[in-house]
Amino acid sequence: MSQVPQITRIQELIYELPIERVVTRNVITVSPDTTMSELKEILRINRISGTPVVEGGRLVGIISIEDLIKALESGDIQAPVRERMATRVITVQANESVVEAVKKFAQYKVGRLPVVNEHGDLVGILTGGDITRGLLEAIGLDYHAEEISRYRARHIFEDIVSDQTGLILRYHIKPRDFTGGGSASSKIKRALDRLGAPPLIQRRVAIAAYEAEMNLIIHTDNGGELIAEIQPEVIRIVATDNGPGIADIEQAMQPGFSTAPNWIRELGFGAGMGLANIKKCSDSMKLESQVGVGTRLEIVIRIQPVMSSGNAARPSEGQQKQETS
Amino acid sequence: MIALAEIVQKLNLEVVGSAENLDRRVVAGYASDLLSCAMNRAKKDYVWVTLQSHANVVAVASLLDLAAVIITEGNRPDDETIARAESEGVCLLLTPKTTFTVVGELTALGVRGEPEQP
Repeated sequence: MSQVPQITRIQELIYELPIERVVTRNVITVSPDTTMSELKEILRINRISGTPVVEGGRLVGIISIEDLIKALESGDIQAPVRERMATRVITVQANESVVEAVKKFAQYKVGRLPVVNEHGDLVGILTGGDITRGLLEAIGLDYHAEEISRYRARHIFEDIVSDQTGLILRYHIKPRDFTGGGSASSKIKRALDRLGAPPLIQRRVAIAAYEAEMNLIIHTDNGGELIAEIQPEVIRIVATDNGPGIADIEQAMQPGFSTAPNWIRELGFGAGMGLANIKKCSDSMKLESQVGVGTRLEIVIRIQPVMSSGNAARPSEGQQKQETS
Repeated sequence: MIALAEIVQKLNLEVVGSAENLDRRVVAGYASDLLSCAMNRAKKDYVWVTLQSHANVVAVASLLDLAAVIITEGNRPDDETIARAESEGVCLLLTPKTTFTVVGELTALGVRGEPEQP
């Protein structure tokens, strides 16, 4: 069995998220002129094991508790940090993606990395914990954004008030575009999902829209238009084209009857089931056609119960009336 | 119900397109090379066996929310089709075997033409 590498959202984020989004800023620093004795107090009071050394905003070195112990051993506790610090510091750039930091953590086995900007100024300190927290926050944001857009979509019919609110999705379908085939119906299905339509309705609309879309691709001279009109209680799909038209509609409706040429049948189309499938999935269907003029197919699919919770307010309204009377 | 991963392993299938849902359960199977027939008979979580390998197979699988499509007789989708399968989360499984053989092997694994009644 061959394994296709899977890329999870986390892996994507590691590449997308810049270090500056997760780095801890306002870190404690010392200057090169700070004495080791002062450093000892700074580390003790802040309970930290090391600190970046900064001069005029620029990162010039790093000093740790280990350096302090060595200074104590050699009785050099009044020396300035400048003489004891490590000057070859592994850093990461603030605008690099988190993955660069992950690589350096693994490569150098360090617990923290100073983060600098393009001028070498210290921006902050990055730890593994910062990365974890940053990723969790980013995922949370993603999740919220998706939830909010779903919520908004689901309430669109309540938010917008009219005597008859409908959402119209219009797609231009190109003739013989087998590669793009099914993309309009996919988009219609996705829209219905966002609007909170029941799965069974989504499936019926998807099948009907797909067959209508494929008919425009397979049979028309110049393509056509696929329109889905979504209302809270009904979905209407209209496919129109300007030719060649259907000679005998009754015959075309027969399951298995097909006018598709062989090369189209070899692709798996032209089974003669398209219109029969549409009929099966729709509550009503109207097919009008004139040879040399064009064809218009209208499909109606009713949604019950009503899409969205638009009628949820009604029972409580009734209750209120009862209470007041 | 059998997991897709077990079918992939037992039938020695090559996974292309989206490998996101290999732990998905397969409820039943359907075999046909006519897309409208698949559209009519295959349902959510079905595995569809066909020798067709063009982009519309992905469209049908995505619209029906199929568990996977097994493409037989060594037919291989083009890169565009594979890319589309990846973006739509459609799992395509490739095999040099014929549809007849694959359906036989699926049946031996307990996959039927209709979902089991609970």
